[in-house]
Amino acid sequence: MRSSVYSPPAIALHWLTAALIVGAAGLGLYMVDLDFSPTKLKTYSWHKWVGVTIFLLTALRLAWRLVRPAPSPVPGSARWQRRVAAGMHAALYVLLFAIPLSGWLMSSALGVQVVYLGLVPLPDLVSKSEALGEQFKLLHWTLNCLLLASVAVHVLAALKHHFVDRDAVLSRMLPFLSQRS
Amino acid sequence: MTVFRNVIAAIALVAALPSALAQRVTAIDSARSEVRFSGKQMGVAAEGRFGKVAAQVDFDASKLTSSRARIDVDLNSVDVGSAEVNGEVKRKPWFNVTAFPSATFESTAMRSKGAGRYEADGKLTIKGQSRDVLVPFSVRQEGKDVVFEGAFSLLRLHFGVGDGPWKDTDTVANEVQVRFKLVGAAAK
Repeated sequence: MRSSVYSPPAIALHWLTAALIVGAAGLGLYMVDLDFSPTKLKTYSWHKWVGVTIFLLTALRLAWRLVRPAPSPVPGSARWQRRVAAGMHAALYVLLFAIPLSGWLMSSALGVQVVYLGLVPLPDLVSKSEALGEQFKLLHWTLNCLLLASVAVHVLAALKHHFVDRDAVLSRMLPFLSQRS
Repeated sequence: MTVFRNVIAAIALVAALPSALAQRVTAIDSARSEVRFSGKQMGVAAEGRFGKVAAQVDFDASKLTSSRARIDVDLNSVDVGSAEVNGEVKRKPWFNVTAFPSATFESTAMRSKGAGRYEADGKLTIKGQSRDVLVPFSVRQEGKDVVFEGAFSLLRLHFGVGDGPWKDTDTVANEVQVRFKLVGAAAK
């Protein structure tokens, strides 16, 4: 039988991923406008490392879901809501794989290999081509716009459940909320 | 008979070797010669090349004491694989090509290390700063060409390449590997 709350590892991984997404986005928006400088090279590398970490954590989260399935939808939620919620979660997982992957492809095409943490070289996925690199850059940007929209809906839905429906959807991912109520 | 033929072939080969290397080379084909370099930024291997290399060479394996080489690398011909970065490395903190358009190697002595391998002592000048370097190289015959190939390492900060904030070697490594290939036609 499925639990009614998320397990502590699932909660920890969810919020860690959220923090890393904010970090990666912040670094990404900051680094692109920097002049050619050591800071620019550093922030690009850090951004890539955070992206690879998000990719790995997402894989870990999906694996963890097999061990400990996500809790059942809260009682009383409409069927369409369950479907939309499941679809949104699936879309978020897909984006959390696709965005780092598009960045990795971009790096390969632009001829700057990704070396995770400066230690683990990831194989180049495509051969060098500046034109292809520009296409992956556009893809990386577009996918991030989709992520921003999805996260906005994800957050608004959680807040709506908490403050309007007053159900446990948010508190089961943020346990200190349930202790308060 | 096959054995006999092989022996003949071996003798012919051995006889041919020294003569091939004894040829005097006095001209280098710039169009087919190049200098490559590689280093690391944030642990990521980075490569570049100089397409324009001019060399004045007088190389005679049997007269190494009078052999010499002067190689001029046009720093404006640098290509690191990105138009943006190509522009950056020509600027003042890196090569400063307006003030120092070329890097030069000038040999002072050459020695044989056996089996087609040699080494040259010489002076390497980049951005107006000279340092003594030891350059191991090999010489081999390729059809009508005599190919000189070699590699050595240098520390970019010895030459002020990467000035100001770029002195930070945690971001861009100090050590740079240089590889060169010079194609010369044997003098008749």
